[in-house]
Amino acid sequence: MGATLSGFRMSRSSFRRCSSAGVLGSISDLQKDLGEMVKKDKVVVFIKGTPAQPMCGFSNAVVQILRMHGVDQYASYNVLEDQELREGVKVFSNWPTIPQVYFNGEFVGGCDILLQMHQNGDLVDELKKLGIRSALLDKRKNQDSGN
Amino acid sequence: MAVSADHIREKLIKELEAVHVDVEDTSPERCAASFKVLVVSAQFEGKSLLQRHRMVNMCLAEELKAIHAFEQKTLTPEHWDKMKQQDIHISDMQPYFVFRNL
Repeated sequence: MGATLSGFRMSRSSFRRCSSAGVLGSISDLQKDLGEMVKKDKVVVFIKGTPAQPMCGFSNAVVQILRMHGVDQYASYNVLEDQELREGVKVFSNWPTIPQVYFNGEFVGGCDILLQMHQNGDLVDELKKLGIRSALLDKRKNQDSGN
Repeated sequence: MAVSADHIREKLIKELEAVHVDVEDTSPERCAASFKVLVVSAQFEGKSLLQRHRMVNMCLAEELKAIHAFEQKTLTPEHWDKMKQQDIHISDMQPYFVFRNL
């Protein structure tokens, strides 16, 4: 069996525009870039590390939850690679911590929220709205038909 | 000045009119100031998870600048009463690290 795609790594440099406007220009460029980054893919996460190698327990939890639901196509940005991104995304989202999750360009929350959504079934519904069928639905179906 | 669990508790009680607050200093498990909080407040009623978490974040905006890791659970008094009946405590809250070994 082939290995599951665990997401694809992105770097902000693929969105970076050339700017000679100095530090302030660079900061507002980043905010603009982020505006595009969070909309470019249905599921976007800002984490410490990568989906293949998360570097923090909370980021790992986000990666594992998405994996459990069979979400293997998503944009993942490693804030440890880019200090400006790490601080900028907190400003952009008005959220103090990493990881951060976006669905369809809309901020969802951090690890706590994603975990609670996973536990109370909301995540399956939210993924459905994105046109993503959660793998857990198939799992339950198989379990039910097992008897 | 280091942020203390007591300071966090007092602020949450004062600004969110919390009827119950548990603050756990999880710093020993990590390399920097980290906290886990449970906040019970009627102000959470009718608010989405995200709205509730933003309320807590706003309340602790200054403190969060000095905090490395922060976990939170927000409940309405009604939900909290139900949990108490089942004798669930903050330490029973599913921790993030259950996923570590997946």
